[in-house]
Amino acid sequence: MGLFEAILLSVIAASTPLLLAASGELVVERSGVLNLGIEGMMIMGAACGFAAAYFTGSITIGAIAGAAAGAGTSAIFALLTLGLAVNQVAAGLALTIFGIGLSGLIGANFVGERIEQAPHLYIPVLTDIPVVGKILFGEDAFVYLSILLVIGIWWFLYRTRAGLILRAVGDNHASAHALGYPVLKIRALAVLFGGACAGLGGAYLPLAYTPFFVPGMTAGRGWIALALVVFSSWKPGRIVIGAYLFGAVTILQLHTQALGLGIPSQLMSSLPYLATVIVLVLISRVRSSTAGSTAPASLGMVFVPDR
Amino acid sequence: MRTSVIAMGVAATALVAAAVSSTVPVAKGADKLKVGFIYLGPIGDFGWTYQHEVGRQGLVKDMGDKIETTYLENVSEGPDAERSIEQLARTGHKLIFTTSFGYMDPTIRVAKKYAKVDFEHATGYKREKNVSTYSGRFYEGRYIQGQIAAKMSKSGVLGYIGSFPIPEVVSGINSTMLGAQSINPNIKVKIIWVNTWFDPGKEADAAKALLDQGADVIMQHTDSPAAMQAASTRGAYAFGQDSDMIKFGPKSQLTAIVDNWAPYYDERVKAELAGKWTSTDTWGGLKSKLVVMAPYTNMPDDVKAMAQKTEAAITAGTLHPFACPVIDQDGKTVECKGGKNLSDPQILGMNFYVKGVDDKLPAK
Repeated sequence: MGLFEAILLSVIAASTPLLLAASGELVVERSGVLNLGIEGMMIMGAACGFAAAYFTGSITIGAIAGAAAGAGTSAIFALLTLGLAVNQVAAGLALTIFGIGLSGLIGANFVGERIEQAPHLYIPVLTDIPVVGKILFGEDAFVYLSILLVIGIWWFLYRTRAGLILRAVGDNHASAHALGYPVLKIRALAVLFGGACAGLGGAYLPLAYTPFFVPGMTAGRGWIALALVVFSSWKPGRIVIGAYLFGAVTILQLHTQALGLGIPSQLMSSLPYLATVIVLVLISRVRSSTAGSTAPASLGMVFVPDR
Repeated sequence: MRTSVIAMGVAATALVAAAVSSTVPVAKGADKLKVGFIYLGPIGDFGWTYQHEVGRQGLVKDMGDKIETTYLENVSEGPDAERSIEQLARTGHKLIFTTSFGYMDPTIRVAKKYAKVDFEHATGYKREKNVSTYSGRFYEGRYIQGQIAAKMSKSGVLGYIGSFPIPEVVSGINSTMLGAQSINPNIKVKIIWVNTWFDPGKEADAAKALLDQGADVIMQHTDSPAAMQAASTRGAYAFGQDSDMIKFGPKSQLTAIVDNWAPYYDERVKAELAGKWTSTDTWGGLKSKLVVMAPYTNMPDDVKAMAQKTEAAITAGTLHPFACPVIDQDGKTVECKGGKNLSDPQILGMNFYVKGVDDKLPAK
């Protein structure tokens, strides 16, 4: 296996949890809800996904349990922000703290346990193609799922009536309400979907990335996912670019260190974040010269329907 | 606007998370000596904090009829720490162990306010009449690991994952290299700093990057078993850190440096019970069994015998990892302040690489 191929494989693995969580959050924000609790939902997905996989021995059940745990955690958020019209920023932050605490409690009994890592695809001949074989035909199921998810979200948002309605709700909830669309119901479904994606992204960590559970193992990936949504300017295709760019810089900085080029490691470690900031600035420059903001106009605003 | 709200949120969460996830399990009981512990991580980190927790559980087992213990986990270093330490001092704890370097100044400040309470601070250097310090000579174990690694490596390249370029980690790298060079003078090391103590994903990525670049023995100075696990997946060798990680690499772990705090905690609590506690500075190694090597596994008998011989020599004091002359990477001989070897303050403040490390120290 060549170094180039090895690096690409690591980049894909590092990007996948970010991609899963970020594409879910994109749908949530497109519906006009800002859920800052991604980190909490991810770590809940990690703990519950690992627990389920440990008991059943099945990665598939683990993944489903992770998604369910993420959705379950997000249901609390939906209840608070949509049902009780609580401030979304505060509720999202609370969700993160809550998720980190509860997942530690759930996962405490599983620390030090091991499971079999998610299997990688193997197609004779195709997987054996030099250089590209393993990258295209030798990944684990999560990787393919994450790509399908983004394609699915793009198709839903831009090619279906339901997607159009969801975007309308996110851009102007008062008008959507006046037209008779159930704003809160649509948003609740979007939040649950986002929670399931975050849970799945979290579950990727103990099921496929490092097959064991330790408290706090998401280590801030939820916040990166959140930044990626802004980075993508709420467009599914750009989420892929953002996630893979971030993953690539993360892995490449490790490799340049190992090469011993003598570049300060603190600088290298900050590169992924630096890259994100720079791209954000560039995007907003381009945007201001063409049209206005691409953010959903009702993002983060509380909606209480007049009955 | 929204982005700034997010940024503020992130900062706020980081602050609040540590405070909220702390737990306060306080037991009841009269006239027992109350002993408190402050932990940096979760007790389930399977590394640094876990080993302190093992020490605490040992106390309960040995002297449960005479003492009662309390612990606070996930206490971040900073203002939070002072509040947590003071909370223990105020609630009648007479002996308090603060188990991370960053608790140093908070511990000293609280100790000045509570003169009748005795404190034990791990890995620090500031002492008071009622504050002792204690730490482990982990570099002794690293020297043995370096020798084993040099014997086991086929490529002649070792992979080293560092957390932060602080003296403790740097002296570990140097000790490893001096041990490895005693076996193979041409041994190479590739170093990756992950700039975190704990991020399993990143630690695993670093291990993979090192393996991809030709290293075949992985060493780590970070807190999770991720690197061990990654090495195990690739069929490479690795060393455990802080605790025995054999579960995560049954065919990979050569040995591990285990922090064995239990005997020290026993000794200090017994002294406190007898009213004989005084402020001391303990830096224990293999000899005092504060640093223990996990069983030597996955290696041929001759390598095992060599490792045991080195361990015995360091324990007996006939071999010192930093025996003079120590030559730094620029070829200059380091001033020998400790007689036949570098002095303790030199090791505690080490900020240079030894000869043969083909890399630059980030801090310089």
